[in-house]
This record gives sequence, structure tokens and C-alpha cells, in this order.
Amino acid sequence: MKKSPVKSIVAVGIGAALFFVLGRFVAIPSPVPNTNISIQYGLLGFMAVAFGPIEGLLIGFIGHALIDFSFGWGVWWSWVIASGVFGLLAGLAGKFFVNINDGAIGAKEIVKFNIGQVVSHLICWGLVAPVLDIVIYSEPVEKLFAQGLVSATANIVTTAIIGSLLIVAYAATKPKKGSLTQEK
Amino acid sequence: MTNIFNYIEKESPIHKLTGATKLVCLIFLSLAAMVTYDTRLLIALPLVSIALFAVSKIKVKEVSFLLGFTAVFMVLNNVLVFLFAPQHGVEIYGSSHVLFPIAGRYVVTTEQLFYHLNLILKYLSTIPIVLLFVSTTNPSEFAASLNRIGVKYSIAYSVALALRYIPDIQKEYHDISQAQQARGIEMSKKENLIKRLKSASSILIPLILSSMDRIEVISNAMELRGFGKNKKRTWYMGRKFRAMDIIAMAVSVLTFAFALYLNYRNGSRFWFPFN
Amino acid sequence: MAETILKFENFGFKYNAQAEPTLYDINLEIKKGEKVLIAGPSGCGKSTLIHCINGLIPFSYQGEKTGSVTINGKETSDMGIFEISQTVGTVLQDSDGQFIGLTVAEDIAFALENNMVGEPDLHDKVIRAAKAVNVQDLLHHAPSELSGGQKQRVSLAGVMVEDVDLFLFDEPLANLDPATGKQAIELIDRIHEETGAAVVIIEHRLEDVLHRHVDRVVLMGEGRIISDTSPDELLSSDLLEKHGIREPLYITALKYAGVNIRPEMNPWNIETIRLSEEDKIRLRVWFNNIDIPKKDNTNGVIFSAEDIEFTYSGGFKAIENISTEVRKGELTAVVGTNGAGKSTFAKLICGFETPQKGRMFLKGKDISDLSIKERADHIGYVMQNPNQMISKVQIYDEVALGLVTRGFDGQTIKERVDEALRICGLWPFRNWPVSALSYGQKKRVTIASILVLKPEIIILDEPTAGQDYRHYTEIMDFLEKLNDMGMTVLIITHDMHLMLEYTKRSIVFTGGKIIADTDGAAVLTNPDVISRANLKETSLYNLANICGIDDATAFVRKFIDYEREVARK
Repeated sequence: MKKSPVKSIVAVGIGAALFFVLGRFVAIPSPVPNTNISIQYGLLGFMAVAFGPIEGLLIGFIGHALIDFSFGWGVWWSWVIASGVFGLLAGLAGKFFVNINDGAIGAKEIVKFNIGQVVSHLICWGLVAPVLDIVIYSEPVEKLFAQGLVSATANIVTTAIIGSLLIVAYAATKPKKGSLTQEK
Repeated sequence: MTNIFNYIEKESPIHKLTGATKLVCLIFLSLAAMVTYDTRLLIALPLVSIALFAVSKIKVKEVSFLLGFTAVFMVLNNVLVFLFAPQHGVEIYGSSHVLFPIAGRYVVTTEQLFYHLNLILKYLSTIPIVLLFVSTTNPSEFAASLNRIGVKYSIAYSVALALRYIPDIQKEYHDISQAQQARGIEMSKKENLIKRLKSASSILIPLILSSMDRIEVISNAMELRGFGKNKKRTWYMGRKFRAMDIIAMAVSVLTFAFALYLNYRNGSRFWFPFN
Repeated sequence: MAETILKFENFGFKYNAQAEPTLYDINLEIKKGEKVLIAGPSGCGKSTLIHCINGLIPFSYQGEKTGSVTINGKETSDMGIFEISQTVGTVLQDSDGQFIGLTVAEDIAFALENNMVGEPDLHDKVIRAAKAVNVQDLLHHAPSELSGGQKQRVSLAGVMVEDVDLFLFDEPLANLDPATGKQAIELIDRIHEETGAAVVIIEHRLEDVLHRHVDRVVLMGEGRIISDTSPDELLSSDLLEKHGIREPLYITALKYAGVNIRPEMNPWNIETIRLSEEDKIRLRVWFNNIDIPKKDNTNGVIFSAEDIEFTYSGGFKAIENISTEVRKGELTAVVGTNGAGKSTFAKLICGFETPQKGRMFLKGKDISDLSIKERADHIGYVMQNPNQMISKVQIYDEVALGLVTRGFDGQTIKERVDEALRICGLWPFRNWPVSALSYGQKKRVTIASILVLKPEIIILDEPTAGQDYRHYTEIMDFLEKLNDMGMTVLIITHDMHLMLEYTKRSIVFTGGKIIADTDGAAVLTNPDVISRANLKETSLYNLANICGIDDATAFVRKFIDYEREVARK
């Protein structure tokens, strides 16, 4: 994909809109009562790898902030920032280790994508979000890390499934070398 | 569009402030509420918000459904804090006045209750400001405001694009999900989690791949109409600052400065009157 | 001689990703104030030509070019996309993609904002442009509150603010209902006269564009310019038929009757064509010599709806008191404007929405309590855009999806998928990824993925939208074949040709009610239904009137029949 600056801006806008719609309106019940699975992180992992770290950062940050604005429960900057950082880290991992724009996606790329996303989620929800919450709200460390770990686990699972499927599907739309023949 | 963010059009002094002003106020008042644990300021801030709500002519009824979410969230969070750290208040304030024991380490102290009070006040200081901001700021003005306070216009425009295409994407999601349900895709509790996520992908894949095409079309359309031509751009929805805007911004900045001053005078972020 | 705005000289272009050039030997000149139609089937290079005019080539899409393209004498590759956009204003086919602002006013202002136009000019210019296309009362409306035609007018205003010298319209009729399309052509004509700018319209629906005069028609095929001549000359030749562009229906009818079309007859429009008495007699004789074979559908009722009423949660009453019946083996068109209720009615049948009142029966059984999934076993729904349905990488998996989710065993799945692939002509591609297919083939994949469930009825939303005549014919012939195999087919469409040519029955919706339920020929010759449902009369109707044939409906029916039975073979 050729990257023009305008395309990056549009990708951030549409990415954030997708993140918002998935996070705000798509409710997939999770095993824990009254909580939903955040499938938007699968999308974010994919977009970050497809477009890059800065785009990932902005999609996560803007998308999450818009969700908070629309819920009216205040903007939880610590978690908004963590979403942005996840986009950034997943994008960096993608930039250096996973190239999905050439169309050749194999098990190796998927494994690399997943290692990248697991590390990124652990850093965001196990470190960035709780530390910011301690700084802002002085909430107890035990609670925050427990919360962070639960979120990280849930997000790792969604990203592993949805993100990987998206990457495979997207790569398949890219033109491939070698030709197909019709069969009788 | 407007109802997603609950913008309510009215004639009021708050509505008359530019979006950029309200954004600056939102940022500094939120920062003030974040840095301090001084109960006096934390009581003052929600009171000011309530007064501002009255000025804005927004009625409680118009935002009450939003408050519902918030209440549940607040209760849940406090319960979690107590369950994980019943002695958190004691650690923070460095003293322990036992009121009554429950069991084991679960002992109710004045410190813990006071900490919970402050935590609640902190939510109450930040949440109404956000509510007030979304219900009095026209989403169309939002991007112009971001640019006004120094965010690069390209990023501000990304936000505008997100706001523009949210309804379209929502509708597309809805249509795709209906057609996929007809083919037997289910996301309800009947299936296990992994299956549910795979089902979700059957809707997400067409949605996101068609969004990739959309990105292409929109960026072409924007380039053909000169987006990115200059280092700056003007905004149809941008407005000039007036005296009230300057005053509002100054008050917010001063409030933040005052919060910092309180922290300095109290010797820490925390303020405990019971010693 | 007027000055030249745009000039292609021995121009050719090859995309980097492709082995063969897309354009060859293009020589084309557009002068100030000219109005030119570029017509050609899909894949002829029209879109690439547009990109070369507005600067997306070479600035967004890379490739190798030969020859030159100049705008006002300047080579485009030396100009930059922004400089080109000061001269060339493009109105894209996808009006949702072009509508970037949150409201009408902001969208019109977009180009001005990028040019750093400040107040009070900014507001003045926006209002002036809005007035020019008559959207000044909609300035604060969001795009979701506008119809397709209104969005297109906003797009036009958005390029008009720049005072361009050349307007480029990319398939302006693709997403509009017939009456709105007619208005769009009238608006383009008015803007052309008022601004004095040159206008280039890219469109394969020749007859609809020729509702208003154009100076020249450039016919393209396989990357080359086939002819560049006046509409009168072009219609007098046989080039259109050869290159997969549909002739105006009145021209085809006259040709069937043995009338020789000559440029001096002014054949470009049904209003201007001069027919001699002899020509008229020819047509009447032809009309009287055709027998319509009567084919009655005496099959039993498969689906019926009684007193259906539906209001959306926002309070919009989409369906009022609808009762209708569908017989087994029917091929029916459901027509009407956007918001008339036709899509909502389809959604109610499929169970996507639940009516507040009324009942629906399938083979006599009440289906009101069946879930979406259960109904889908009997009634299949195919969305307009195949890309919105396809979620698997491989064709086989995509077609099998509905069976897999229903827990069928492997053997049954394989048998049914193989059968569906054969019916849909996809057998040779069974091991291909979906992405390697053309749009029409993808459409067939989505139909196959519904057929595997063995429904009794299949509903298609706009199956031919955005397709040229060749692909349109391909898709419709396929649906007809399915219908011949006994499938009951319901098609939601804007396309008058489709309704006229392929369906025996048309249900016309307006304002949530059915206002007509008869054959296409009767609908399109009934002025009252036409105006209430935003349709457009067929030129065959006018032709019948001109030639003194009283029963215009019968004339239209005979024309269609003749075309199906005789001409197409």
C-alpha cells in the first residue's frame, strides 16, 4: 500500500469510527456477568499493523475517547491513553516484524503478530493503565493490577482471534503473484 | 449523529462559548480534579458544575440516562477498591481510627471511609464537566476547536471524519449483521466464547474490508478537493473568541493553578482533617 | 474557435501492478464550454481516463504513461493535484464517499477551507453555491438526513465553489432513482449553461444522459477511443450494440421495424426525432404483426402478507397496511424511491424487522414467530453489495458457511455446495480465493451461498446496481435461469429496464403503500403511477404516441417480447 498523508488521516478517522462503533454498540456477552467483550481491540491490532504505529496510536486514542464522551461516564484518560499505546506498540511490532501488505501471510506472520499483540496488551493493561490510575486516582495497586490483568487477558484473546482472522482476510485481497487456473 | 453524543441545542451562555473554550475548560478543570485529593476543592467542583448545568439550561432529565451508567460504574468501582484494599485509606493518610471490624483484614476505618468519599467526589468532579461539554458543544465545531487549541489540523480532521462516518458505519454493521444472522451466524450466549468471537469476525471481515475501500474513496475525494494543500486551513464552523471565552478559560486555568497550590500547601495531594 | 481546456495526445497508460496497459492511443480534445459524454462498458478504461484528467494519475496511482495530457496547455504531470483541482472539479460516483463534512454547509465549504478562505467570504460563497443547486434550505442537515439526489447536488456545490473550468461527472446516474436521475441531468445542463464551463459526463446509460443535449459522445472500448462524434451520428451507426452499450429503446424499436436511422432525423432524443409518415407506418405494421404468447402463472400462492404495518423506532412509518401475495415461480420487481418502503418490506419478510401489525404466511403457515435464521431456511436474502456479505477467503468456504452454522454433516455440505457452484457457473473456480473474482462473479458467490440453504424464495436487493449492460445482462440472465428452474424471485430495484425486460410483475411502492401491482409495461405507461413513484416513462411510450399507436402498453409489451424471443437469439 502506498502511503499518502491524506490516506493516513482518513485511515485514522475511519479506524476510530470503526473502533467506536464496535466498542459502543456491539455487545458480545463475556463469561463474566454484565460485561462485554471488547472486540474493538481485534480491529485496532489489525489497523495498527496495516497502517502503522502512529495511525494505531491515534485510532486507539480517538476511538476510545469518543466512546467515553458518548457514554457520559467521564473520560477515563488513563484507559484512553492505554488504548492509544496499544495501537502504537502493535503498530511498531507490525512495522518491524509483520508485513501484511505484500499478500504473503503464513503461519509465521500470524505467530509474530500474536507475540507482538500479547506483549503490547500486557504492557498497556498491566503497566500503563494501572500506573496512570495510581497517579490520577491513587487507587490501590492490588485492585488496579488485578483489573489490568483481567482486561489484558480478555483483550489478548479477542485480538488473537479477530485480529488474526482480519489479517488473513485482508492479505487475501492483495494481488498475488502466480496465476490461478480454471478447473473442469 | 447528534444523539450519539447527546448534543442538545439551546440558547444559553454556555452554548455561546466557542467549542475551543469549552475544550480548554474541560481539560483544565479535569486536570484540577485529577491532581488534588483536597476534599474542599472536590466538593466545590461538583457544585460549580451543577450551577453551570443550570446556566446551560440542560435539564437533568435530558442527561439522566447517561447518569445511570455512571452510578453503576461508581458503585462497582468502590466495592472493588474496598474488596482489594480495605486498608488503603490507612496507608494513604498514615493513621488508623477503627470504627468497626467486619472480618479478618476487613476493618472499617475513618480513613478508608474518607478515602472512599474523596474517590466519589473525584468522579463527581470530572463526570459532570464532560457531560456538560458533550451536551453543549456541537460536534461540527469539535474539530475546529481541536485545531484552535493547537492540535494539528490533519489530526483534528481525523476526528471530524470519525464523527462523520460513525452513523454510516453503524448502519453498515447493522445491515451486514442481519444478513449474516440469516446465514446462521450467532453471537448470543448459546455459543462458547471462541465461537462467538469467530461469529463476530464473519460480520467484521466484510465490514472492515469494505471500510478499506471507503478509505481509498474518501482520501481521493479529499485530495481532489485540495485537502493538505496548505499548512493551515480555515473552518466554516470556527468562531472568534469573545470576552466571555477569555474569562472562562482564565478561570479554568486559575482553578488548576489553585489545585496545584493546595497540594503544595497541604504538603501532599491528600488532605485529612481528622488528626 | 474556443480555447482548448483539455487535450490528450497519443496518450497511453499502464498501472504498475498490471501487465497490460489500460489505455492506448487516446486522442481527445475538450474545448471551453463543450459538453461531452464518455460512454463505454465496465473495464473499457473510463475510470482510468477520469483519473488521468483529475490528476489522481499520476499523483495517487503510479504507472507508466506515454504521450501527453495537458490542461490549459500545461502537462498535468508538471502541475500537481491541487493545481489541477483549481481547473477540474470532479463529482464522484459514490456520493457518501465524497460527502466529507458533518453537514451540508461544511461539506460545501471543504475546498474553500483548504484554500484558507476566511470570513465573510467563506459563508457567502457557500450560500451562493448552495443556492445554485437548490440546497440552501438544507445547510445544517447531516448526510444521513438527505436523499441520494440531494447528496449529489451537495457534491456538485462543493466543486462549484472553486469556479472550475471543467466539471467531471463520474457515473452521475448510478445511485439515483429514475426521476431523480432525470433531474440530475437537467441540473447538469443548467449548470453548464450558467457557468459556461466544459462538462464531461462518464456514464453508460446513454438514453438517460441524452435527456438533454450533449455536443459529442466519445465511445470507448478496451482502452481505446472507438468513436468521437455527435450523438446523432453515433445513433445512426451500429457501434453501440457492438461495444456493449445499450441503445435508446426507441431507436432499437425503430430498427426492429426496419426504419433506417440517419443523422438528419435528429435521433438523439425522442422529442427531436423526425419520422416520416413511411417510418411511422413501418412501426405500426411491425406492431400489428407480433403475437404475444400468453403465459399464465397458475401456480399456487407461496407467500402472502396481510395488513402489514411497520413504524421504525424513531417514529417513521415505513409500511402502511400492506397486503400482497406471491405465487410460486414468479419473477417480481419491487420498485419505488428510497424511503418508499420497498427495502423495509423485504426486511420484514426476512424477519430482520418485526411488524407492529399484520401477519405473513409461507405456504399457508404463519411465519410471524420464526427467527431470522429459521426464516432464512425458506427465504434467502442477497444484499446489494457482495463485499458486504463475503467473510471467507475461499469460495468453497463462503458458499458452505450457512450449512456449517446449521450443523450439516460434511457429505451433505459438499454435495449441496458443489450443486450450488455448478448452478451459479462457479464450478471452474471452486478452489479459488474470492478476491480473485470479478464483481459479477462475487455476486454469484453470494447467491450460491444462499442457494445452498435451498430456500423457496430468494430476495435480491439491487442486483444490478452500478453494472454496465453486459454485466447486467449476465446477472439477469442467470436469475432468469434460476427462475426457470422453479425458484420464486423478488428483485428490489431502481432499474426500469430490468423491470420491463425481465419481470412479469411489478409491485410499486410509494410512501409505505403499494400503488400499483401489474406488469412493467403497464407501470411505465401510466403517467399517474410514474409521477407518484418517482419513475420515468419509457421512451417507447412516447414513440407509440408519435406513431399513432393508441395502446402504448401493448406496444411496450410487444417490444419486450420481440426482443426476448426474436432479437436476442
